[in-house]
Amino acid sequence: MPLGIFAFFATLAVISALGVILQRSPVHSLLALIVTLLCVAALMIGLDALAVGLLQAIVYVGAIVVLFLFVIWLLNLERDPEESGRLGIKLLAAVGAAALVGELTAFLTRTHMSQQTVNSDYGSMAQLAGLIFGNYLIAFEVTSLLLLVAVVGVVAVARRWPSPRLANRPPTLSAKPQT
Amino acid sequence: MLIDLIISAIKAIFVVLLVLNLSAVLLWFERKGSALIQDRIGANRAGLFGIGRRLGLPNLGIINTFIADPLKIFTKEDFVPDRADKFLYTLAPFLALFPVLISFAPIPFGDRLIVGSHQIELVVCPLTAGILYILAALGLGVYGAALGGWASNNRWALLGSVRASAQLISYELTMGLSIIAVVMVYGTLDLQEICRAQSGTWFGWLPKWGIVYQPLGFLLLLVAGIAESRRIPFDLPEGESELVAGYFTEYSGGKQAAFMLADFAEIVLVSALISTLFFGGWQVPYLQSDGFHLPGGTWLPLSNPVVALLGFVAFGIKVVFFCWLQILIRWTLPRFRYDQLMTLGWKGLLPLGLVNLMVTAVAIVAVGGSV
Repeated sequence: MPLGIFAFFATLAVISALGVILQRSPVHSLLALIVTLLCVAALMIGLDALAVGLLQAIVYVGAIVVLFLFVIWLLNLERDPEESGRLGIKLLAAVGAAALVGELTAFLTRTHMSQQTVNSDYGSMAQLAGLIFGNYLIAFEVTSLLLLVAVVGVVAVARRWPSPRLANRPPTLSAKPQT
Repeated sequence: MLIDLIISAIKAIFVVLLVLNLSAVLLWFERKGSALIQDRIGANRAGLFGIGRRLGLPNLGIINTFIADPLKIFTKEDFVPDRADKFLYTLAPFLALFPVLISFAPIPFGDRLIVGSHQIELVVCPLTAGILYILAALGLGVYGAALGGWASNNRWALLGSVRASAQLISYELTMGLSIIAVVMVYGTLDLQEICRAQSGTWFGWLPKWGIVYQPLGFLLLLVAGIAESRRIPFDLPEGESELVAGYFTEYSGGKQAAFMLADFAEIVLVSALISTLFFGGWQVPYLQSDGFHLPGGTWLPLSNPVVALLGFVAFGIKVVFFCWLQILIRWTLPRFRYDQLMTLGWKGLLPLGLVNLMVTAVAIVAVGGSV
């Protein structure tokens, strides 16, 4: 990948990632997130992983972020509530962020960077499919099961169950509103 | 190197102009054709200095659609509603139009054209994963409708947005499943390769087009495609009897024109996809790269430019036919109710798509992995 192209998309990815957390309006954050995801997809395509990059765009931009948009609409999040700045939460967030930075630094410094030539079918659909449905089949299926459990859990938590008092009342047939 | 860049640029400009012009022609056909279907007269007011009338020609509304309406729409006040999100409101029409236009890049509009020492593939961008690219671009197209309605600060528009995004992500699944079945048959994601694989005949007369392998897949893609382009019977996002005009209620002038253009370009895209995947793309029946091989055994030799031109014309005819079919459907059927739309998508088309995929997979394994 030419250095200029890498620098462009990498810088844009970082700027838009900052945009995700620095903006007040959730929908604007969402738009910034889309830009970040597309930049990462572009970087993958630049590394000759065309199928992976396009799948990233399809799955994340085309489906998952749309679901985020639905969550924002359904919960009616217009702005960040101003209350979110309590000291305890801020401390907790700082500790979490520091832990993440430490982990990533350790990971990056310990990774052995080496240049090696990849096969000519690197990043192709056939190779990707071989990995997903061959070597890592069980991990892949277990992950999908995990996501299913999460979806069922969200529906169970978010659904407004009728209160038992109302549920036991016989259904009314009259058009008159009950008082 | 420079000459390759110039060729690529010419191809890209050519395709974009083709799509935009075809969209305008479709708009004309939609107005005058719907008048024909409903036994009305349709657009017939504007003329050029009365020349046509003096010559006794019927007014076909061509001046109306191609000159008067664009002039009107681009000189309108560019209105932004009070307390709208101005940035997103301006961005949304571009987000609607841009993804549709870029998704034409991997669709081939002809075979190889040989000019001097150059072999020109008649496709803007030959991608090995062309179908994935189109699906990714279509996924991006959701945001034009979704954010446009949200940014308008209007309840009808927001309802239209919610409906649009729910509908689009529901029918994208069916679309993907029907496309995957075709990909499995041909074993490639490259649209040019899929077109090439559809050459030749069975029994000496039946063209080897994808529809013979995938008749159900064709129907699924047609229905899902109409739903993706948000047209009647799937036009719930803009249903004018319920939501004024849905997500683009508040738009006027050029921005509204961009939304409209995106809708029409999407019709062209669906037609191009259907013709490429199921009707051989640029394949002309019995035409090989060296001329016609008719079923009787006659051989009519043709030179390369003629073959390329015939292929391009064949692709154009197929695309225009499916555009016509979609507009005909739009003026024939009534609108679904929203629960019917969701039932059809999730309980009707999705299981059918899965069954189609299963049957295709079993059949491919049964014949030994090659078709």
